[in-house]
Amino acid sequence: MTTVTYAGTPVEVDPEGFLSQTDQWNEQIAAEIAAEAGIAELNDRHWLVINFMRSAYLENGAAPSIRTLGKASGVPIKELYDLFPKGPAKLAAKIAGIPKPRGCI
Amino acid sequence: MTEQGTNGAKPEPIEKVSIIVSKGSLEGIYPGLIMANGARMEGIEANVFFTFFGLDAINKAKNEHVKAATVGNPGLHLATWAGAVPGVSALVTRKLAGEMEKLDIPPIPEFVEMISDSGGALYACKASVDLFGLSEDDFIPQVEDVITVGEFYEMAAGGQIIFT
Repeated sequence: MTTVTYAGTPVEVDPEGFLSQTDQWNEQIAAEIAAEAGIAELNDRHWLVINFMRSAYLENGAAPSIRTLGKASGVPIKELYDLFPKGPAKLAAKIAGIPKPRGCI
Repeated sequence: MTEQGTNGAKPEPIEKVSIIVSKGSLEGIYPGLIMANGARMEGIEANVFFTFFGLDAINKAKNEHVKAATVGNPGLHLATWAGAVPGVSALVTRKLAGEMEKLDIPPIPEFVEMISDSGGALYACKASVDLFGLSEDDFIPQVEDVITVGEFYEMAAGGQIIFT
């Protein structure tokens, strides 16, 4: 386990940079993780996805699949890939401070 | 065996895959689609090339009606005669489809559209299209083009080819 500092707060992350404790997350931390991943600014559409991921995880204990994300978050799949290049489910989960999604779909 | 290359560096990550779907049964089509979607989820570029009966996956009249093979499929542990009984293939297909829905695996028509929306490119094989007397109008609009084997290899350059 590694400790890194985001937005002045030391947080624990796994080897791939996902927060180990979901409750250490806040919006400034999200913005800094996003910036590190090449998303300079999070807009309303990004936040819609991030908040959806987070609440789905807190409710079900697992990150939603990309299919559910495309159907239920209000952001269609095409746009998800524009908002989060290099894999929306993984990157949005990382920014949302939840564990890496483990599904194959 | 070690993950380290000879120079001690980690192996290069896969950047591109070109997947060939050559079979027209449910269990013949899904693996390639799951691999393609999974590649896009990891940010890997994905091309899918449908050939022979694999074309059914992108044929708009047929892709809703793809069935599991119940004859000549020892994995089902079903007697060959039982697999041939009318209705058995439909039953097994419905059962599998229900199980897949539970795992959030989409039906084939939705799945191919999803792969296209994810930035995966879908292609039909020219030799098979000619063989079956098909034309571009027979395919879902997400299909980019009908291409030759040569064009497929050109497109696959610099990536991995996966045959299913």
